[in-house]
Amino acid sequence: MNLRLQEAFAQVPALLADHVLLSAAALLLGLAVALPLAVGASRNDRLRRIALGAASLVQTIPGLALLALFYPFLLALNSLLAPLGVALPALGFLPALLALALYAVLPILRNAVTGIAGIDPAIIEAADGVGMTPRQKLRLVEAPLAAPVVMAGIRTATVWTIGAATLSTTVGQPGLGDMIFAGLQTQNWTLVLVGCLAAAALALTADALLGLIESGIAQRRRWKIGTGLIALLMGVAVALAPLVMTSSRAEVVTIGAKGFSEQYILARLIGDRLESAGYEVRYREGLGSAIAFEALVRGDVDVYVDYTGTLWTNGMRREDNPPRDEMLAQLSDWVSDTRGARVLGRLGFENTYAFAVTQETAQRYGLQSMDDLADVAPQLTMGTDVEFLNRPEWASIRTAYGLAFSGTQSYQPTFMYRAVESGRADVITAFSSDGRIAASNLFVLSDPRGAVPNYDAVLMVAPSRADEERFVSALTPLLDAIPVEVMREANYMVDRDEEKVSPSAAAAWLAEQIER
Amino acid sequence: MDRKNGPAVRFDGIAKSFDGGGSFAVESLDLEIAGGSFVALVGESGSGKSTLLKMINRLVDPSAGTAAIAGVPVAGQNPADLRRHIGYVFQNIGLFPHMSVAENIMIIPRLGVNEIVNTVPELLELVGLPDDVAERLPSELSGGQQQRVGVARALAGEPGLMLMDEPFGALDPVTRDQLGETYRALHDRLGLTTIMVTHDMAEALIIADRILVMSEGRIVADGSPEALLAGEGGEEANALIAVPKGQMAKLRQLEQRS
Repeated sequence: MNLRLQEAFAQVPALLADHVLLSAAALLLGLAVALPLAVGASRNDRLRRIALGAASLVQTIPGLALLALFYPFLLALNSLLAPLGVALPALGFLPALLALALYAVLPILRNAVTGIAGIDPAIIEAADGVGMTPRQKLRLVEAPLAAPVVMAGIRTATVWTIGAATLSTTVGQPGLGDMIFAGLQTQNWTLVLVGCLAAAALALTADALLGLIESGIAQRRRWKIGTGLIALLMGVAVALAPLVMTSSRAEVVTIGAKGFSEQYILARLIGDRLESAGYEVRYREGLGSAIAFEALVRGDVDVYVDYTGTLWTNGMRREDNPPRDEMLAQLSDWVSDTRGARVLGRLGFENTYAFAVTQETAQRYGLQSMDDLADVAPQLTMGTDVEFLNRPEWASIRTAYGLAFSGTQSYQPTFMYRAVESGRADVITAFSSDGRIAASNLFVLSDPRGAVPNYDAVLMVAPSRADEERFVSALTPLLDAIPVEVMREANYMVDRDEEKVSPSAAAAWLAEQIER
Repeated sequence: MDRKNGPAVRFDGIAKSFDGGGSFAVESLDLEIAGGSFVALVGESGSGKSTLLKMINRLVDPSAGTAAIAGVPVAGQNPADLRRHIGYVFQNIGLFPHMSVAENIMIIPRLGVNEIVNTVPELLELVGLPDDVAERLPSELSGGQQQRVGVARALAGEPGLMLMDEPFGALDPVTRDQLGETYRALHDRLGLTTIMVTHDMAEALIIADRILVMSEGRIVADGSPEALLAGEGGEEANALIAVPKGQMAKLRQLEQRS
């Protein structure tokens, strides 16, 4: 087996455990909501219309959006509950659980309502005629006769839930989606494939076992129902075993990473150092930009790397652009005073937005600076990452230079570089520490008006670890230790198409450079 | 099962409208049915006969008036409890498909009626079925056998009163005839009060002691089979009787010719 495959498979057990726990909990919650609702709906026409309507509406919301919506929802709920001293986690398990449970409701509800409605009216008349109370009718007649149809709904919900649970990575809940998102970012297709296959195998297994129970109910074969149930429970127990084993160990540190190669590499670099210092390490990768900082403040993540400009504009909501030392000083104060977390210091390189074009484009339009770009922008299309167009930096850059492109298109970072190389985008918002700028021979336009803020990479430490001597001293050697050229090379090792290495290998290489 | 005398049933000013008073399925009606009698309610579909029947076991609640069994109004009684003590048999049988014949028959005892003494073999014997059907599922039985199970299920609660809504309507003529005879014998042996809804006047004439003809929510004729055959039932009853009479005359002609 080749190394990459081995590395990918090594990640499966722990992530599978999280995936199974989340999916099973979401399904149980979905069942607990859907079944009583279905009984009520079959007795009351208005409730049925409302319940089915609401469930269908939820189903039209894309899974990713539904997950994302629970973040502000839970934050708002928290501010309401704050006087009661209740604080719900807005990231991780809870929002993922709620979103997936909501998703699971529709197929179960719809099938249960259909199943009860589909019972021969003569049988219902007989049930009433022999003197069953509504409760007896439900238990003795409606439930057993609707059960096969309900089970079919549960199977659909199970397959959906297991599939949609791969998206929970984006709200900071680990699962098999971690492998898919990380693999997509670093173009490690082995990782993507293994993640997909694991999720598919899980879904198929669960579906097959539920199918066995379904046919057992339909044929009134108790042994089939029993076998299916026991296998299902055992499967869940086995899948959860790694979770129980790790949680028994103390001193687990969670390292966060946003969803791009540099972050994956730095997370491993930090992780390796903390492991040497005796900590047990866990990774939360593929976090959204805004979510990462919140996760740190809440203590869901103990340490991660962020960029000064990002926190300046998104966190502090500042629109001015002071010199880099001043920005760092103000940011550090703000982080510790208002959030209790700590900016440990700069890593030594900057990862700012760099407006980049191909050499041909630069020559054809005579482009040197962003001022030149503004003149020809109406003839050009711009490719960006998925966040950029909605970030305040874009608004201020656009105003500063009067940029008006003929079109914009967002890409996953990997595909953004492909887009500019293939000519589908004329200008991209590249990252200055990205090895692909040099590798693709792109021309970076200068910023004479200083409109692009500083994006010094900084180490962020959670409130609970801010004063932990052992923790801090394990990370201090990383400060001011990574020049931009070195970071660029490490990034390129992961991003290039030939001879790619894994983020951990790049992190090991990076560590060697630092020690030199 | 010992013979006992079934209860009397009485309606006082009973009426039912399904559209809030626009039209009446049953129009203000007074009626006394003697304990132990076998009464047939005959009429076209939509004449209100099923509605009248279902107001006795509260499958339908009246818009006005009362129904009473053995002098006790049904309106004040718990519907589930009331129905466990009244046999109910209807055209579509409604056996529970996921339960064996035995489980179907013993459903009323299972619902919590304590004084039951009948066993499954006794009940099967009453309705003329062999013991070995007890463990089968309803789907493995013929239509006639299924309705025999339906009757056995209704009798398991030891009711004094049997309500039957077109009980043999879906069966083939031979089965129908046999089952009709079996049931009439049971009625006599157990001393039941039976009220049977049917649209078939011939069946009513043969099986019942008293025939009520309903039309548009009203009772338009009331008499013994003999009286009705003698033309004492009035215009609507005569029109209904004319059909089997005419058929009989034609059959007799055919017989004489051969």
